Parts: sequence; C-alpha cells; structure tokens
Amino acid sequence: MIPEVVNPDAVGPDEISLEQREIAGLSQGQIVRRRFLRHKGAMAALVLLIFIVLLATTSIGFGPFPGWWKYASNTVVPPNPDQSPTMSLRPTWLGGAGVTIGDHPFGLDNEKGRDMFALTMRGVQMSLVVIFVLALLSVTIGVVLGSVAGYFGGWIDAVLMRLTDMILVIPLLLIAAVAGYAFGAKGVWSVALVLGLFLWTSLARLVRAEFLALREREFVDAARVGGASSRRIIFKHILPNTVGTIVVSTTLLMGSGILTEAALSFLGFGIRSPNVSLGSLVNDYDGAFSSRPWLFIWPGVFIIAIVLCLQFIGDGLRDAFDPRQKRIPKRKDLESAAEIDRAMTRGNRTIGGH
Amino acid sequence: MTTFILRRLVAAFFIVLGSSFIVYMLMANAGDPLAFTTEIASPTVRETVRASVTDALNLDVHPVARYFLWLGDVFQGDFGISARTQQPVIDDLGGRLLMTLKLVGAATVLSILVGISVGIVTALRQYSGFDYTTTFFTFVFFSLPVFWVAVILKAVGGIDFNDWLRDGAEFPAWLIVATGLAAGGICYSIAGGPLHRRLTIGAIGAGVVTAILAYISSTGWILDPGFGPIVIALFAVGIAFGVTAIMAGLGNRKALHSALTTAAIGVVTWFPLQLVFDDDGMNIWRLFGLGIVAIAVGSIVGYAYGGFDKGMSARTSAVVALLLSCVIFVDRAMQSWAEYSSSSVIRNRPIKTIGDREVRLEGSFWVVTNDTFSHLILPTVALMLISLATYTRYSRASMLEVLNQDYIRTARAKGLTERTVVIRHGFRNAMIPLATIVAFDIGGILGGAVITETVFEWNAMGRLFQTGLLSLDPNPVMAFFVVIATFAVIANLLADLLYAVLDPRIRIGS
Repeated sequence: MIPEVVNPDAVGPDEISLEQREIAGLSQGQIVRRRFLRHKGAMAALVLLIFIVLLATTSIGFGPFPGWWKYASNTVVPPNPDQSPTMSLRPTWLGGAGVTIGDHPFGLDNEKGRDMFALTMRGVQMSLVVIFVLALLSVTIGVVLGSVAGYFGGWIDAVLMRLTDMILVIPLLLIAAVAGYAFGAKGVWSVALVLGLFLWTSLARLVRAEFLALREREFVDAARVGGASSRRIIFKHILPNTVGTIVVSTTLLMGSGILTEAALSFLGFGIRSPNVSLGSLVNDYDGAFSSRPWLFIWPGVFIIAIVLCLQFIGDGLRDAFDPRQKRIPKRKDLESAAEIDRAMTRGNRTIGGH
Repeated sequence: MTTFILRRLVAAFFIVLGSSFIVYMLMANAGDPLAFTTEIASPTVRETVRASVTDALNLDVHPVARYFLWLGDVFQGDFGISARTQQPVIDDLGGRLLMTLKLVGAATVLSILVGISVGIVTALRQYSGFDYTTTFFTFVFFSLPVFWVAVILKAVGGIDFNDWLRDGAEFPAWLIVATGLAAGGICYSIAGGPLHRRLTIGAIGAGVVTAILAYISSTGWILDPGFGPIVIALFAVGIAFGVTAIMAGLGNRKALHSALTTAAIGVVTWFPLQLVFDDDGMNIWRLFGLGIVAIAVGSIVGYAYGGFDKGMSARTSAVVALLLSCVIFVDRAMQSWAEYSSSSVIRNRPIKTIGDREVRLEGSFWVVTNDTFSHLILPTVALMLISLATYTRYSRASMLEVLNQDYIRTARAKGLTERTVVIRHGFRNAMIPLATIVAFDIGGILGGAVITETVFEWNAMGRLFQTGLLSLDPNPVMAFFVVIATFAVIANLLADLLYAVLDPRIRIGS
C-alpha cells in the first residue's frame, strides 16, 4: 500500500513558523552559529581543515617549535632503493602490510634526499601562511575601499571603481605573475603580499554594493540625525551588517588564493626554491608522475583537500548568514512541533499572548 | 542606448589604457630585458644586439616616457619587437590568438551546454541523490588545480589510453558493470514520478549503457568507429522526439511531424553526402555551408507544415537539422579515424598530449580533422572540468531562484503542463543572469588558458606571455595584455547590454 501523503499544513505549523519558533529570542550571532553548526558538510570540512592544520604544524614543527616527526623538511634523508610510500591502510588479514605509516609515509625523493611527508607538510604550512596573509590584506583593502566608495559615492566612488576595474580586467594570475617579478617576490611573505595587493577587487565590489543599499536605510538616517560622524556610521552602523558577505567571500577568496598561488608557482613565477609551497612541489615533480607518482600526487591532494574544505565552509557560512535560507524540516520535527503546539494550547489557554 | 554604449566604450578604452600602464610599469620594474645578451659569446655581436634592442625598445628613456612611445606605436598597429628574437610581435599574434580561441572555444561551448543542462536537471530534482552527487562533484572540480589535473590527464588520457588502444581496446568486465550501474543510478535519480516508474527507467538506462559498452568492447569499435545509416536513423528519430518534447511538447503534432520529416530527410541525404564529403575540395567553409543549408531545410520543412504555430515547428526542425548534421559530421570523421590512427606519423598512438597539430601529417580534410580532435581532447577536458563546475552551480542557483517565484506557482495553478512551466516560464528567465555570467567569463577565460597551454605545450597566447615574462621581454607581454584586456572589457560591455536586452525591467541610458 502506498502511504497517503501527509500535508504538513494539516498536521500543524508550517515550515516557516517552525523555523521562527526555533530562533525566537536568539541574537543574530546565535542564529548564524546555530545554522552553521547544523550544516553537516561545513562541519565535516571544518574538522578536516583543523586536522590538516594541526598535522602540518605539529608534525614538523612551526617556527622555533619542534615537531614530532623524525625528519624536518630540509633534513637530508639517506637514500633507499625503494622510494615508494610506506604508508599502508590495508590490514594484515587482508593481505596488506598492516595499518602503519612506516618510515616515509608519502615516499621519499632519493635525488634530493628528502622525506616527502616532511616536504608536503612544509608546503601545507607555507600555503596556509600565504592564504592567511593575503586574506588579511585583501579584506582590509577591499573593505576600506568598498565602504568608502559605497558610502560617499560621487567622484570618490567613480575613481575607486575605475581603479578596481583596471585591476579586474586582467586575469589575477597574470597580473600577480608580473607584479611578483617586478617586486622580486620569491618567498612566502612577498608572494602573499603581492597576491593580497590584487585579490581585493571582488570583495571591494561586493562591499560597495552592500553599502549602496544600506546607506539609504532608515537606521542610517537616524544615526545621521543623531549626529554620528561618517566614520561612526560606516564602522558602527553599516559595516556590521555586511559581515555575512565579507566572511563568506573571504573564505572563498582564501580557496582561490591557494589555487592562484599554486598556479603561480607552477608557472615559475611564485614561490621558488629554496622555499617550498604546494604549488612549487607539484611543479618540481610534474615530470616524475609516470615513474614516481607519489612525489607529485600528495601535494596536489593537499591543495584539493584544503580548497574543498574552504568551499564547504564558505557554503555553510553563506547558508547561515542568508536570512532567506529555509531549512527543510523533517516530517518528524513538524509532527513533534505540532504535538507541543496542541499541548500548549490545551495547557496555556488561560495565559494567552505568545 | 547609443549614449550608454558610447559612454561605456570610452570608459572601457580608458580602463584598458590604465591597466596597460600599470602592467607596463610593473614590467619595466621586473628586470633588464637585455639580460639575455650575456649569453652571446662574441663581444662585438653582443654590443650590436644591445644597441639595436635598446634603440628599438627605447630602453634609454624613462619608463613613463617609454610607455607613451610604446602607446603611440600601438595606435599605429605596431606592438614593437621582441627583445629576445628581434622579430615583430605582431607577426604571429593573429595565429596565436586563433589557436587560443580554438582551444578555449571548444571547451567553453561544451561546458556551457553540459553545465546548463546538468544545472537545470539538478534544480528540478533538488535534494535528489543526483543533486547531492553533482553538487559534491562541482565542489571537487572547483578545488582542482588545473595544472595538476592536466599532468595526470596527460599520463592517463594520453599514454595509458594509447596503450589500451594498442592492446585491443577492450573494457574490463567490472568497468562495464560499474558504468552501467552508475548510469542506471543517474537515470533513476533524474526520472520523476512514482517509484516503479523510476525503477523501470533506471533499469532501462543501466541495461542500455551496459549493452552499448559490451558491444563496443567486444567488437573493438573504438579502433575503427563509425555509425552507419542504421544507427544514424536511430539517432535521427531520437533527436526528433527529444527536441520536440523539450521545445514544443509531443502534443504539438505539427512540430513532431515536421521534426520527423526533417530527420528522415537527414537520414536519406546521408548517402549522397558521403560523395560530397569525399570530394578533394572539402574544407571547413564547405562544412559550415552544409550546416547552414541543413538549418534552412529544417526551417522550410517546419513552415511548410503550416498551422498557426509554424514558427515553432520551424525552430524545432531547424534544431533537429543542426543536431543531425553534427551526428553525420561525427560519423564521417570517425570513418577516417582508422586511416588517421594508422598513418606513418601517428603510429597508432592517436591521442596527443603536445601541441595543437601534427605538422608532418598529410592527408585529406577528414584525417586532419581527426588530428585536430585528438590534440584538442585532453586540454579541452582539463579546461572544461572547472568551467563546467561554474556553469552547473550558477544555472542550478538561478533556476532554483526562478522556480521559487510566485508566477511559477501561478503557472502551475492554471494548469499549464510541466514542460511549459519549466521551459517557457522557468528556463527562459533563469537564463537571463546566466547570459551575463557567460559573457563575463568568456572575457576572462582567454587569460585563464595560460596554464593549460603550458602543460600541453600549445604555442599560443599563453606561451607568448609566459616565455615573454620569463625572459623579461616587455613587448610580447604587453601585446598579450592588450589583447586580453580588450577582450575582457568588450565582454563586460556585452554582458551589460545582454542583460538590458533580455530583461525588460532593466533600462539603461535613461
């Protein structure tokens, strides 16, 4: 027998009122946090990203702090006739070598005498530094320019937006390549600075668009009548309302930042020896794919993993910040809410109100 | 409108000017274009080269003044000479641009078509297994570093695939079964309606795909592919029904009949067409001409059926004619595959990983066409993966946005068929924001092909930029930038205009 389709309206509250009831009495921040924590993809991605960051920082150590892994990224490792990865996930009872990481879990490179695990972790660290710096830089530039252009309008807007257009018209990778050459950027910090100097354009545009809409709103008028300065209106009244946009696009920007950095290094314009990043590792070993694929595969896998995590987190944040976002409630939730509803109306009829 | 376009054109001009100034200054700062001269052994030759390059590139004047000298030359159509080769940059600029367009064009058209179709289907079947899987894969494709994928593609799609062809081109049994099951799962997920209908469709999908793969594997079809008139007739009927179902609805009998008539004409002309194709004078323009004739025939058939909606019949038949022409073209190209593959320069390793064509290859138009395809396929796949993800996500989001509007509910409420609601009310409106994204993307994608060109060693625009920058040679780099920036601003302008044309709520210039 085919079960009859249950009409949610007939059972009790519809989706919207259920959602409203769940968020009643919560602050905006709490609502966003709740929605984000419920986003399964984003939470899984967050856990994976934290794992990657911890693995990269603790294994070979970061800065002055030593790590638990036996090799550093620049230790010369004695050559071994078998260079292939020693990591095995197949248990012995399935005919494998057992669940073990062995001496060189990602294999080793005999020619340079490097342990691939240590080298990849170093690359992950450097790529993370790059996206962190470039995110900080481009958010600062993008938010300041975008809000000034959007708030003041007029010729300031025109000048700033034409400047944005000039940079936006050239593909990011190419202008970063030329600029990296011009400023002699070979190390992690300089490449990050160069990328940050050109990555802010899309963010500036988004922030400007938000400001254009928000500055016409009544609360801005009220603040102005109350005697607030332009600076106060921008930073205290309008900017907090654009946090959603900024956070979401910064997350996605960090993702594309890793890819751009990797592509730059691959073309030979980004981070170069003796510095390593995930992109420069892929570049160093792209000829080794047919004979020693592990040298080439692992840095790429980490690029994909980090960018994928950032994408999912960005997606979760977007859903969390979007006021139009409706969660599709499970039928179970609707029914239990209806149950509570009926109990409430029976018990609290005398109290009234809501 | 004219004022708007003019104003935007002027603004675009100054934007290109400004960004070229920025790049020129960066380039002037990047290093000494004469650095390569230290490699020249003889001191007298070195001095002559240095003097002549310094003179031609005006290296003795201040960079700002040099920029304006360069700009003056550019306005006269002269992009200067390359310091390294001392050849004018303009010489092979056109050829390189065409090559990049060839590479980018195929990838863009394919990813737009596939991406939009997949995006629409996922929007229609929101929260289905297909939707979740596709969304996950679009995220993965977005995260792929293109150079990493390209290197793997070269190894797997080039070397391993050619080995597989040499070894007899047979699929292992598990692959046939797995692909069949996956196809069945996709069909099950996409199909609508009650469970037993979806199960049936899924089973049919799995069966058909498994049977086709088994046939291909057991007969070695890939080594000597081709359709032949019977399969083409099947294709023709399928296309006629499919296109009518989407564009006019199968209830529209006149459209269906005109589509079927066009399909029949196409199948019958397959025989005389083979003679035309084998003619020595066959070239790409004749091919286009035949395509246009096919579309014209389709339209005439549609009109000839008459009725109050003859425009619709004509459009349907024209699309059928176009698609069928593509099938016939592919069939003819396939007939020459074995000849191409076994030719003395290809030596049965047909899938190419380097360059855009095999210069030593001599043969008929069809052999050369096969050569172009086998060079294009891997870079196209690499480029497609990423733009495919973009278009799928945008079209899904856009379609969902539209489908949640009130007028869609109204359309359903007044009893329109699902096809009319989805195609006419939903799809058309969902395409408006997408059209601007596509126009915007095409501007940027030219520059984005640099990495793919590097990995697959295409000597096109991206190579001009990369080698120019590596040898600190300003003029090739600047020529590349001017072309890319011009494309980008024109694409942006077109995107804005397109929006105004497609969406009557947007009014510009008033």
